[in-house]
Amino acid sequence: MYQDAVMTENRTRTGAQILMDVLKEHGVDTIFGFPGGAVIDIYDELSRTDIRHVLVRHEQAAVHAADGYARASGQVGVCLVTSGPGATNTVTGIASAYMDSIPIVVITGQVPTHLIGNDAFQEVDIVGITRPCTKHNYLVKRVEDLARILREAFYIAKSGRPGPVLVDIPKDVVKARTTFQPGEQVRLKSYNPTYHPNAWQLEKVVHLIREAQRPLIFAGGGVILSKAASELTQLARNLRIPVTTSLMGMGAFPGSDPLALGMIGMHGTYTANMATSHCDLLLAVGVRFDDRVTGKTDAFASQAKIVHIDIDPTSIRKNVLVTVPLVGDCRITLSHLNRLMASEVPPDLCERRKDWFEQIEFWRQKGALRYEQHDVIKPQYVIETLYRLTQGKAIITTEVGQNQMWAAQYYKFDEPDHFLTSGGLGCMGYGLPAAIGAQMARPDCLVVDVAGDGSIQMNSQEFATAVQYGLPVKVVILNNRYLGMVRQWQELFYDKRYACTDMSHAPDFVKLAEAYGADGFRATRPDEVESVLEAGLKSKRVAIMDFWVDREECVYPMVPAGAPITEMLLV
Amino acid sequence: MTTNEESRHVLTMLVDNQPGVLSRVAGLFSGRGFNIDSLCVAETMDPKVSRITLVTRANGLLIEQIEKQLRKLINVIKVRRMTPDKAVQREMALVCVHAKAEQRAEVLRIADIFRCKVVDAGLEHFILEVTGDEDKIRAMLNLLRPIGIQKIARTGTVALFREPK
Repeated sequence: MYQDAVMTENRTRTGAQILMDVLKEHGVDTIFGFPGGAVIDIYDELSRTDIRHVLVRHEQAAVHAADGYARASGQVGVCLVTSGPGATNTVTGIASAYMDSIPIVVITGQVPTHLIGNDAFQEVDIVGITRPCTKHNYLVKRVEDLARILREAFYIAKSGRPGPVLVDIPKDVVKARTTFQPGEQVRLKSYNPTYHPNAWQLEKVVHLIREAQRPLIFAGGGVILSKAASELTQLARNLRIPVTTSLMGMGAFPGSDPLALGMIGMHGTYTANMATSHCDLLLAVGVRFDDRVTGKTDAFASQAKIVHIDIDPTSIRKNVLVTVPLVGDCRITLSHLNRLMASEVPPDLCERRKDWFEQIEFWRQKGALRYEQHDVIKPQYVIETLYRLTQGKAIITTEVGQNQMWAAQYYKFDEPDHFLTSGGLGCMGYGLPAAIGAQMARPDCLVVDVAGDGSIQMNSQEFATAVQYGLPVKVVILNNRYLGMVRQWQELFYDKRYACTDMSHAPDFVKLAEAYGADGFRATRPDEVESVLEAGLKSKRVAIMDFWVDREECVYPMVPAGAPITEMLLV
Repeated sequence: MTTNEESRHVLTMLVDNQPGVLSRVAGLFSGRGFNIDSLCVAETMDPKVSRITLVTRANGLLIEQIEKQLRKLINVIKVRRMTPDKAVQREMALVCVHAKAEQRAEVLRIADIFRCKVVDAGLEHFILEVTGDEDKIRAMLNLLRPIGIQKIARTGTVALFREPK
């Protein structure tokens, strides 16, 4: 009898062990998290594996770090937190990953099943709370379901239009035992993303491209997520089609290429917005026509036939009516287009595009990004210098607001997965934890968080994490002692009534760096910018660079909310 | 975007019969500010699958978006929009009518016209069971209202596509 019991014991695994088994099945070697009562058994098991755990200082940062890790590595990011407040603290991070379609799996502890619904200590209905901001979520009620659910979670997170999946595991399920079958396949009858575009629709697109006089490609985050940057670049270069990108699409096409027009939308370039409004064919790839992109939708690309390629059918005809919808994976669809168009490149292509490119060149001259560097540091100058010193090779994360827009405008991204930003949710406090995640994924890369003095304070506790794990992330603070973007709106649309946007009471960031065991630098004059950046970037440690920039500098161009994107305030 | 007329739509869907699935479907409507006119959920022949029949009002683009959003939910297996000509639509209502002696015959006459069943009767009331499409139920309620409807419970519409003849 005793022998039998031991045999059974050996063949079964605990919930915590099964979790580790499935993580390893999926090649997970790094997770971000914060322990607590409901996950103590999982942490105990985790400590016996070779999976690296990054202990953040706040659970929101665990999710942002997993998000940054996912973007920089192309893998699913994983984080692990406890029940109750641990779980609720993840919500902002999950919502940001959901809006930006980032594949992450969030594992939350839960009170034991018999206490669920009893208002137990550290109990919240996190599945209920996160239902609208996850791609899918699960409460695991029986240990027998755990392996299947975890595998489904990974599959759902990374397939189709990626997104966050949350798995809530009660404490008794973690401790319970069951047999474990390695490597079982996921079967989901109700979930089957469309990867291959419809051939008829493809033919229509080929026809439209052939006919177009003034074509324009508009590339978004979907191009990066489906790893289609090289296919997109091939299409644009072969057919000499200029390219604008959304904020999420930065790096989908080389930013320094002559065909690149820069970002579209509210703070997009004059050239990109004018080209969008005057093109006769808009090839929109992996975008969702966010309101910050379109401005007034009735006036958006009003002369154009619009082709919309996206893997998510709900993105199509949601905000903008399109001529040809193409549901499919961006990479597969673009490679079909490249194949179909290969024999279609007309010999007189340059001639046919001549007027269009002359027009674009005119807009480029007229509306170039500009600022004047006098005796106060201009934030744009900091970013331009950063671009020059890093030769455009750094992975840039951003916080949200003016810092984010200046980074997008003045840093040219030649590669995908190098610009990590909370695009959809616009979540301040994203940049530092995302940089930590990106640095974990890409230890050899230079990772720089472009921050404002306001947003860096939303997750500045994570300096401790970066220092603890020897992650030499660099933080460039464009310090204007204002919540700059809101202040800009107040200046332009609220008669300069700066309600609650003055942030003069900030910590001394150089001393803060020292307190955390990081290197701190400050530049207060333009002639110090380059040397501070050089010193900070050269540092082997975490480096915080505090740039005292022009307090009332605005991000231009700017399209007022709800206006057509051609109605731009230039400077 | 062009907006066209709002109209009534009956959506029927097969979903996994699991806790939380109804909340996902309902949450999709509430999160986007769409209203649900009626909702009916029950198991199908396969106990792992439930059928939800849902009635909502929306314009053409919106109903297209709603359908796509429903299909996107992992637990939703199939979604179809029911058109009256191709689908049978029925609803059941239990109607409690207060009827004094002089009106009892009138209530029973109306019940007869609409082929209702009397499922409960007392000295001053009847409970009538009526089945039909929305129009029929509305018509009956219009006739009973002046007499005095005390309570009403409606199932909401259920619908099935007609099989090919």
